[in-house]
Amino acid sequence: MAKTIPEDSVGLVTPELIHFDEPLELRSGSVINVYDLMVETYGELNAEKSNAILICHALSGDHHAAGYHDADDEKEKPGWWDNCIGPGKAFDTNLFYIVSLNNLGGCAGSTGPSTINPETDKPFGPDFPIITVRDWVKSQARLADYLGIDQWAAVIGGSLGGMQVMRWAISYPQRLRHAIIIAAAPKLSAQNIAFNEIARQSITSDPDFHAGRYHDHGTYPKRGLTLARMIGHVTYLSDSAMRDKFGKDAIQENFGRDLRTGKLNFSYEVDFQVESYLQYKGETFSSQFDANTYLLITKTLDYFDPSVDYEFDLSKAFAQSTCKYLVISFTSDWRFPPERSKEIVDTLLKAKQQVSYLEVEADEGHDAFLLPIPRYIDALKSYLGCVAAELNKQDDKQGVSADAG
Amino acid sequence: MRADLEIIQQWIAPESRVLDLGCGDGAFLAHLKKEKNIRDCGLEIDVDNINLCLQAGVNVIEQDLNKGLSNFESDSFDTVLLAHTLQTVERPDILVEEMLRIGKNCIITFPNFAHWRHRLKLLSGGNMPQSSSLPYEWYDTPNIHHCTIRDFDRLCRERNIKILRRTVVDFTHRSSFLMNLHPNLFGINAIYHFTR
Repeated sequence: MAKTIPEDSVGLVTPELIHFDEPLELRSGSVINVYDLMVETYGELNAEKSNAILICHALSGDHHAAGYHDADDEKEKPGWWDNCIGPGKAFDTNLFYIVSLNNLGGCAGSTGPSTINPETDKPFGPDFPIITVRDWVKSQARLADYLGIDQWAAVIGGSLGGMQVMRWAISYPQRLRHAIIIAAAPKLSAQNIAFNEIARQSITSDPDFHAGRYHDHGTYPKRGLTLARMIGHVTYLSDSAMRDKFGKDAIQENFGRDLRTGKLNFSYEVDFQVESYLQYKGETFSSQFDANTYLLITKTLDYFDPSVDYEFDLSKAFAQSTCKYLVISFTSDWRFPPERSKEIVDTLLKAKQQVSYLEVEADEGHDAFLLPIPRYIDALKSYLGCVAAELNKQDDKQGVSADAG
Repeated sequence: MRADLEIIQQWIAPESRVLDLGCGDGAFLAHLKKEKNIRDCGLEIDVDNINLCLQAGVNVIEQDLNKGLSNFESDSFDTVLLAHTLQTVERPDILVEEMLRIGKNCIITFPNFAHWRHRLKLLSGGNMPQSSSLPYEWYDTPNIHHCTIRDFDRLCRERNIKILRRTVVDFTHRSSFLMNLHPNLFGINAIYHFTR
């Protein structure tokens, strides 16, 4: 029997693989001649093609942002932003046509390091070129062309997704009306890059990495990728979130030090729940994600700095933009803390742009942007409510002038 | 719309850039957008108000006035507005200076603490005055820097601030003969439009 799908879900969805054969020139100077993008869409594109929203994913995300793939699998979790996307939800599929893709270089169906290189009949592996946020956005613009969308009603993303949103506003100012940038930063700090470098070193120093050609050896750098993810995971949580998660022992306030078996082992085995949790999360991730993609995307993050083309003055980068902005940060996020989002806001003010900013009180750390925090969801709902209203007005106007003509 | 805002809106030029410090639910900025096509920016710290601003399509930034306005560039707005908030900030004088730096002109409204009813309450009962414009107890009031029309006039004199207009109004935001004669005694709310 088919499983019960919640009423406010987009339901069963089928991703589509879209082929592009116009060569894509990359920031690095390399060229990708042909590529595929794995795409999911939710809701209906209106006749004016004015109600489209682009969702940009972060490091480990993909095209599957909402709904389900399997009608029978009871254990299947919905897409990664399901709490925001659906009928009546913040990104209301009754009003908007929502497009979500797996970025180039990813490992969920779009062309990336694990794709077979037609020239060698082997996976690209380390030969896959470094992709920057600018390249992603360029490929997303081609996707918009393919879908017949001249202008997005909004482009939305959290973390690395937020960086893509900024790049959209800079590279294609006429092609979006609203930019929603969540838990992001104008560029990575040395500390951010440091964590990425530790993650990369974990992967590349794994004997199973084989200089990135692990597919050829029928293996993958499980330990390295597990470690990389464990480090990453810690930076997505906050101290207080971990205290809550691993401190359920009601007898004492123990700072998240719940034991796994109820007693210390006096050995180097796992003692605390947090250890086994991280190992489990890391291992699960390592079996589902491609190590070369992980390396690639950490570089994409490190390289992001749109100010480099504007004498290191980001406000000049935004000067030509015409969209409105909503920037949101979370108090306990220490990966991209509120001060970093404020930098974006202040830069936008300096560039005389229209911007709204919220600093949402949340204990969940960087991960908060994926969670149904009431104030955050309400803000998205309120903002997009206006976007929808504005859409109707605009379409009415066009309708009137068309009638008059 | 709150009646002091009725008066203020006449002083705001169409198509201008307006920064509203403590913009509340954004209704006033939304009104100015609709009527005067202004470019709006509001600052607010109340969570519910911020959400109402978003619903109204008003640009709102979550920012505490007491932490300064250094992120706003000099002369980046035509009008900077501070309605019924001056008496709640830690350093009203610094805020006024910042408003003058950011805006070409500024508008401030505040409840006149020297209104005769307040004076009478203090004189007769010896208690901190309460009224419909000052409804709080002394211990829970957000109004930590009460001032009078005479006080604000003096601040402007000392700081070389040029007062463009000053209106003193009652609850219905009408002016009267008495208010014009003795604003500091009969004015309930003061509205200043000033520049440097």
